[in-house]
Amino acid sequence: MTLSLWLTILGMALVTYLARASFLLLPPGVETPPWLRRALRYVPAAVLTAIWAPELALQKEVLSLTLHNERLLAGAVAIAAAWRFRASFATIVSGLLALHLFDWLI
Amino acid sequence: MLFDRSLFAQGVRAALPVLLGVVPFGVITGVAMVASGIPPFAAIVMSLLVFAGASMVATAQLLASGSPVLLVVLTTLIINLRFMMYSASLRLHFAHAPLRWRLLIGYLTADNVYGLMLQRFSDRPDDPGKMPFFLGAGVAIWLVWQLAVLAGVLIGAGVPTSWRLDFAAPLAFIAMTIPLLRDRAMIAAALAAGVTVVAAHALPLKLSVLLAAAVGITAGMVFERRTAAS
Repeated sequence: MTLSLWLTILGMALVTYLARASFLLLPPGVETPPWLRRALRYVPAAVLTAIWAPELALQKEVLSLTLHNERLLAGAVAIAAAWRFRASFATIVSGLLALHLFDWLI
Repeated sequence: MLFDRSLFAQGVRAALPVLLGVVPFGVITGVAMVASGIPPFAAIVMSLLVFAGASMVATAQLLASGSPVLLVVLTTLIINLRFMMYSASLRLHFAHAPLRWRLLIGYLTADNVYGLMLQRFSDRPDDPGKMPFFLGAGVAIWLVWQLAVLAGVLIGAGVPTSWRLDFAAPLAFIAMTIPLLRDRAMIAAALAAGVTVVAAHALPLKLSVLLAAAVGITAGMVFERRTAAS
């Protein structure tokens, strides 16, 4: 496992740095194609949602959109808090408190 | 000008409220990596080299289960593709900065650093104070993030699972996503990605995330064109 672990870490570091530095390293005259900029605009919302949505909607790998899914309910509270306060601390704290509350209620 | 200390301090100060969210997310990331079986030393090196919490949490499980190197790297690339968008946008501000500064800016660009930068300078790209401001915010967030991950790695399995702190990771991603949803096309992109990832969750090797990203981006672009045409 060790060698492949280090290889993986190096590969992750490389692609992450390349993504971060990509356009900053192009010479000043080069234009970014407009279609690419349009597509990139939607990357954060799409990718981030793809990471957290399964954590709320699935229970033990099974779709669970019911009131018995405390993670779904707590997630809804956190989304409302994020919408209202736009602050990550408030979102995390309200989500965790809601999770314990629903856990206790259900 | 590059080392204007008061502007650097302004960047640090602007980062302070953000740090409240960086600390729990960093701790969680450290805990998640160690809990999934990554050795503490490797977790710390990874945090220093990769410096991207979302991808580290999302791949911890893949890493621990001995998934192929290429798959983990590909998943990391998809999750961190959003940094390309930040870099395209930061280019408007820093294209003419010396190369070594651009190399450093690339390393320090985290979601919330980019957010702070945008809040302050999006309407005045010619402001000369943006470099020290960016570095101030970036260094503050980097330092606190690394310390928080270190704390998480050291606490490791010491956090009782009954606290359910693992849920803080998706919560941190929600906190990053919701402020992005300022127009219909963006909401369409997020919804399409969310529905796709859940519908495709049975696909092996986290391919659902890859597929959801593609569907979400397409949905956003289609929606944008439709709104513009009507």
